[in-house]
Amino acid sequence: MSAQNFLGFRRENGRVGIRNHVVILPLDDLSNAACEKVANNIEGCLALPHHYGRLQFGEDLELHFRTLIGTGSSPNVAAVIVIGIEPAWTGRVVDGIAKTGKPVEGFAIEGHGEIKIVADASRKAKEFVQAATELQREPCALNELWVSTKCGESDTTSGLASNPTVGNFIDKFDELGATTCFGETSELTGAEQICATRAATPEVAKKFLATWQAYMDEVIEPHKTSDLSDSQPTKGNIAGGLTTIEEKAFGNLQKIGRKTKFIDVLKPAEEPSKGPGLYFMDSSSAAAECVTLQAAAGFVVHLFPTGQGNIIGNPIEPVIKLTANPKTAREMGEHVDLDVSGILRGEMNLDQAGDALIDITLRTCNGRLTAAETLKHREFVMTKLYRSA
Amino acid sequence: MSAPDFIVHDAKDTVGVIVKEGIAASSTLTGWIMEDDSRFELKCIDAIPLGHKIALADIAEGDTILKYGHDIGKAVAKIAKGGHVHTQNVKTKRW
Repeated sequence: MSAQNFLGFRRENGRVGIRNHVVILPLDDLSNAACEKVANNIEGCLALPHHYGRLQFGEDLELHFRTLIGTGSSPNVAAVIVIGIEPAWTGRVVDGIAKTGKPVEGFAIEGHGEIKIVADASRKAKEFVQAATELQREPCALNELWVSTKCGESDTTSGLASNPTVGNFIDKFDELGATTCFGETSELTGAEQICATRAATPEVAKKFLATWQAYMDEVIEPHKTSDLSDSQPTKGNIAGGLTTIEEKAFGNLQKIGRKTKFIDVLKPAEEPSKGPGLYFMDSSSAAAECVTLQAAAGFVVHLFPTGQGNIIGNPIEPVIKLTANPKTAREMGEHVDLDVSGILRGEMNLDQAGDALIDITLRTCNGRLTAAETLKHREFVMTKLYRSA
Repeated sequence: MSAPDFIVHDAKDTVGVIVKEGIAASSTLTGWIMEDDSRFELKCIDAIPLGHKIALADIAEGDTILKYGHDIGKAVAKIAKGGHVHTQNVKTKRW
């Protein structure tokens, strides 16, 4: 396997991407309309509308900037147009993305009006798209891939087969020296002590448990109105046979394999800085929020096991979906990239399933569109920590 | 080998997971324990949907339910061997 490679886009900073998007990125909710107009004017652009960016402050504002700058900095993005209502915060996003060396330009609407800004930004977007479409893929090594994972609408087949298939992939890629990431802080509840034993050092274990405890103390406890039995597990989880959060958590944890240790705990959307290895990211367990944060941290391809059939995609990070539930594979086949239900019938072992996942992943990296990409699933959801000022 | 009707993660577990559709009450089922690759038979007493759990032995109210070899919650009602284990008789110990 170590002899294999894939064809990726090598960016100015050395990182490798598997897609070549020109992104039209709004700083704030007010600028969505302008971004969508530019993307409508110019072929090959991708607008990323979202709901926030006004009157945020403190850690929540830092996360907003980290997510936008990280999204623009993704190796899956060739160039970026940033549009904001005013120039100061727009400039902060532009400057953050510019550190990667990729083409980026900002436009602010105040003092000009939207129509002029759309015209100016469209001209620049045309230039960026024509330059991006001349970039060529080149052979890249597997250890240059940054791979994230998160599961959704899980059921008991997730813990039995599709999550362990991802785990097999993670174990194999960890040996190769790849950079990988899992998250879903609240969804490890019940398995948090077992998860802590998978930390590479006692310091990392301590950091993980402190992060998990803070999520309980600051998010869950102050806001819950009853137990969380109607939200975690979800209605879909329960329909699929998952009964408790503990059961869901042990299933979730199968995604990190049998031997890989995680080497650091990341803040939401924080870029890994400790070199190759597995990272835990503090994140919500809601699919679109979690994948948006992982994409913003620099992960370029996502492994998403599902039981009952979560249909999520992400605009910049291709989401590869696998299921071991034969009913989901049959009834929701258009959303499924890899069917590993053969594990449950004894027709396929985990090692074979892991290799099949590597195969579909590398084909995706080479340019094959995922099910979610063909269906135009582009869920871009910013995580907001608290109300704005 | 023929496809199992239910799968058990760990030899210590007190529940297994039905992996076939349309399992009717009073069927005699084949279980596969993944941990040691062994097989055994069990009669189910309820119709249990794909993905839902079956009790591997009689479970008393208050008993801890083991899956993956770990504590996944407590029984809040008596569950007979071969019965359907889910939200009607098992609750989290968290939240």
